[in-house]
Amino acid sequence: MSALLDVRGLEKRFGGVVATDRVDLQVRAAEIHALIGPNGAGKTTLIAQLSGQFASDRGSITFDGQDITHLAAHERARRGLVRSFQVTRLFKTFSVLENIALAVQAASGSSIGAWRPVRSETALFDRAREMLAALGLSAKRDFGVDQLAHGEQRLLEVGLALAGHPRLLLLDEPMAGMGQQESANMEHLIAGLRTRCAVLLIEHDVDAVFRLADRVSVLVNGRIIASGAPADVRSDARVVAAYLGEAVQ
Amino acid sequence: MAPADRSGTVDFAAVVLVTVLAVVLPWLLRALQMDFYLSFASRIVVYAIAATSLNLVLGYGGLVSLGHAAFVGLGSYVTAILLVEGVTSGTVHLVTTVAITASMALFIGAISLRTRGVYFIMITLAFAQMLFYLANSVKGYGGDEGLTLRVRSLFAFGIDLKNGLVFYYVALLVLALSLFALARFVPSRLGRAVLALRDDEVRAEALGFPTFRYKLTIFVVAGALAGVAGALSVNLQGYVSPNALHWTQSGTLLVMVILGGVGSVWGGALGALVLLLLQEVLAAYTQYWEFWTGWVLLGVVLFARRGLAGLLFAIRARVAQR
Repeated sequence: MSALLDVRGLEKRFGGVVATDRVDLQVRAAEIHALIGPNGAGKTTLIAQLSGQFASDRGSITFDGQDITHLAAHERARRGLVRSFQVTRLFKTFSVLENIALAVQAASGSSIGAWRPVRSETALFDRAREMLAALGLSAKRDFGVDQLAHGEQRLLEVGLALAGHPRLLLLDEPMAGMGQQESANMEHLIAGLRTRCAVLLIEHDVDAVFRLADRVSVLVNGRIIASGAPADVRSDARVVAAYLGEAVQ
Repeated sequence: MAPADRSGTVDFAAVVLVTVLAVVLPWLLRALQMDFYLSFASRIVVYAIAATSLNLVLGYGGLVSLGHAAFVGLGSYVTAILLVEGVTSGTVHLVTTVAITASMALFIGAISLRTRGVYFIMITLAFAQMLFYLANSVKGYGGDEGLTLRVRSLFAFGIDLKNGLVFYYVALLVLALSLFALARFVPSRLGRAVLALRDDEVRAEALGFPTFRYKLTIFVVAGALAGVAGALSVNLQGYVSPNALHWTQSGTLLVMVILGGVGSVWGGALGALVLLLLQEVLAAYTQYWEFWTGWVLLGVVLFARRGLAGLLFAIRARVAQR
């Protein structure tokens, strides 16, 4: 089975510091692939390289059989490679519903039209309402985004990335700073994605990762040191030494 | 139960009132035997167009340009040079001005929009100062003395901008069309995308909006509209000098937009009206009028973050709920 995302020898340096080092990574269609590793391993840098915020110094990224190494971030997003952010980034002058509507709009054709009001596009707002319902945020539709609780903001953050029907979702610590109940909601949401798109999941909650992931890759000091089924990765001696340590044993 | 929202009705009434006032103003001035204020009113309208074009970039795109007067001045020079060379057709002036100022905005925008924040401010300033020194050095067209015109733009049906009344209505029409287009733009696809990138450009890009292209689009449209304001300005004053391109002129436009309301459709027009009125009134009493306008600006920035338009919105909210 050929991979949806195929990363070969990807590198990023900041001055003399190597953030990601010859990264090889394959994500298959309809799998939840977790990327774990200690703080500073280069996980967020890798996400930024994959989504196009950072240009890579070396290596190639192939998405759905096409070389996207040099495409701009918005072009990758339009092809279905969409990320969410570790630090919530919402549109603060828009309501909750309008935030989702913007995400739907971004994924649906050109936005160069400057005459017809977006409000007249009922299909776009139907889709946005549907998405809000799926997130369980319908009641907060007309709220400003800073009136939401932290957990709700995190849900909306992931919802923005989901709204445009991505084919591969890059989730950067979706459960960061969440309480137990909120984390459970998020885990449920992510588990439900398996049938809709592939997911590359960065997450520190190791238990959640091993419950959710079909495959796991481990990034340490910018390098992938292991990649495979959760059970194999969990028992890999190098992974245990470098990252999991006593937490799992 | 919340009271019915009548803000739409209030808006409509306000727009009708302002339009009627603006249209009957020349008669009003004549009745009051204050005809000489008509050219002052025209000056306000021209500044209102220029400030509205800056508001598109500053208020909606979130781009602080300190070189916007360069497009106004360039528009003035293009029209003035055509007139000096014997081309009197207003249509030719308009088309040429728009083509040249839009091209210049495309060039400057394509370079400066790759930078952000203070770098964007500095690079737009640098380009504007280059044009300022260029105008100073072209001796064939007046150099630092500027260009004085004997004739004005002539349009079809005998519309001659030399006539003060005709000029006023032409400028008013341009302003009305600009404000209408801006009001259509804001809730449109492009308008929403531009507001989204103002809020968070990285996020907008990550969702699939080609943010650079959208910023460049509004920068070019704003540059062209500023050029039209410049073409009108030189017709009104019969004179243009390199000072029209100076960065202090860009500063004046910035002050107008901030005073009137950054990112409000009426912000630019309101700011131009109030700032020029303040100058006119205060200058009659004191030569230190800039000192007092400074205090007014300070007050607005500190206590009305959304400018005078923001204050009007607050009043509207009260009226609409009554």
